[in-house]
Amino acid sequence: MKIKQISAFLENKKGRLYEVCDILGKHDINIRALTIAESEDFGVLRMIVDKPEEALKVLKENGIVVRFSEIVAVEVEDRPGGLAQVLKVLVENGINVEYMYGFVERKADKALLVFRFDEPDKAIQILQDNNIGILQELEEL
Amino acid sequence: MIWNEKYECMDPEGLKNIQLERLREIVKYVSENVPFYKERLNTYGVRWQDIKSLSDIKKLPFTVKEDLRDNYPFGLFASPLQKIKEIHVSSGTTGNPTVVGYTQEDIELWMEVMARTIAVAGGEPGDMIQIAYGYGLFTGGLGFHYGALKMGLTIIPTSSGQTKRQLKLMQDFKPRILACTPSYALYMVDEAKEMGMEPRDSSWEIGIFGAEPWSDSIRKEIEEVWNMTALDVYGLSEIIGPGVAQECPYKDGLHIFWDVFYPEVINPETGEEVREGEDGELVITTLTKIGMPLLRYRTRDIVSIKYDRCKCGRTSPRISKIKGRTDDMIVVRGINVFPSQIEHVLLGIEGTQPHYQIVVDRKARSLDELEIWVEVEEKIFSDEVKKLEELQDKIRKEIESVLGIMVKVKLVEPRTIERSMGKAKRVVDKRQL
Repeated sequence: MKIKQISAFLENKKGRLYEVCDILGKHDINIRALTIAESEDFGVLRMIVDKPEEALKVLKENGIVVRFSEIVAVEVEDRPGGLAQVLKVLVENGINVEYMYGFVERKADKALLVFRFDEPDKAIQILQDNNIGILQELEEL
Repeated sequence: MIWNEKYECMDPEGLKNIQLERLREIVKYVSENVPFYKERLNTYGVRWQDIKSLSDIKKLPFTVKEDLRDNYPFGLFASPLQKIKEIHVSSGTTGNPTVVGYTQEDIELWMEVMARTIAVAGGEPGDMIQIAYGYGLFTGGLGFHYGALKMGLTIIPTSSGQTKRQLKLMQDFKPRILACTPSYALYMVDEAKEMGMEPRDSSWEIGIFGAEPWSDSIRKEIEEVWNMTALDVYGLSEIIGPGVAQECPYKDGLHIFWDVFYPEVINPETGEEVREGEDGELVITTLTKIGMPLLRYRTRDIVSIKYDRCKCGRTSPRISKIKGRTDDMIVVRGINVFPSQIEHVLLGIEGTQPHYQIVVDRKARSLDELEIWVEVEEKIFSDEVKKLEELQDKIRKEIESVLGIMVKVKLVEPRTIERSMGKAKRVVDKRQL
């Protein structure tokens, strides 16, 4: 199951991240996972939220450049070597990870990681074949 | 010294007779030799015989840069290509560059006006000149070279760049005159100090600076730091290159060589001549050029003009320093940059809607920096930084190849760029000119 991630273009300016989070907060949208990738002058904010369609709409209305990307949320054993085990499966099957980051919340003894693959459908198939848990719905959180 | 006393100090009434005679001749010449002018003069219903006084010049149509572009490359040449000895090229507004051709007579004219230029600035035969304007398609380097040859100077043709070598040669050869852009003169200061030199001890006594706008405060700084007299030179390749007008040590405007380049200052909106001393667009008619004569060429440079007599003894009118442009051209490190060139590149890059801004800045004692801000639209936005950086780099490389100078490209959020009356402000010039 692919999950919709919201990506937003932000200039490296004071207070910009706050403004985005504030817009979401005011619209009662909860951020479940978040990361920022940055270059010298700009950053790309990536978020998993509980109401992606609405988040996209309100951010657009506020003049922010946003788009959806399809990501896969993977359950990883919360112990040493847990992530390595997942990555090993991906490497052996030639799946490229564009980027990844962690969830804000955890699930019992599992850590949740967000993966952006260049071939998400193939990645899901391989992960499932290897009995690695994939988050089906955000409501599971 | 005054290089050509006959023309430079002639009684204005006498000179006006010569101008009128030359104007009639050049109108006749272009109508017979340039199909473009033949047609345009026909459209306007003007014949050379209709020019009975200098004020009849108002009957003639203007020529604009677009006319040069539309007739690219050689459509405005009045001479067959076999007679053209040299071709220079400068950047155009979009696509095609501006091409100018010089016959042997034109090269001799260029030598003459450049010898006058160097003399107006205080140069004498026997002086040594360091020419740090670029040599090549740009007219700066070769223009000075020709004038210096004609006058009988010792030339160090360093061209631009290689600052340490420039400074070493200055130290070892001791040239009296430096010719370069004003920003380069300032840029060399830190480099000189790094080399352990004391700039005030430089051999340069006279600097002939131009090809970009500069102010009296920059003049003051250059003069203090290098211990030299800094004077302004004006020209444009369409007319001849450098050698159209030159400031004398009285620093009260630039003497225009009006026996060969007839000046008018007009209101750019109405085309009417403005009163003496008022700001307007400089319009020049080349009175004696053979290869590519131009009638009433709109320079797009805003100046004022005064006709009173200068203390140096020359009778020619003097134009002010350039006070601005009627178009949005900017000069960066001596290179003409038109926003439309950048627009063109952005349009060519898939998906980019050109909401952009050009930011020019000049930090203390360094060269101009050009930044292009491009607003990120949804179409080009990617969640991968790598892809955005690739886009940034692609835009940068393409702009650099069009402009020929290094630029920085910055991706910015939509609506970051100031819009006035719905139209984006294309150029922000932060330089203290």
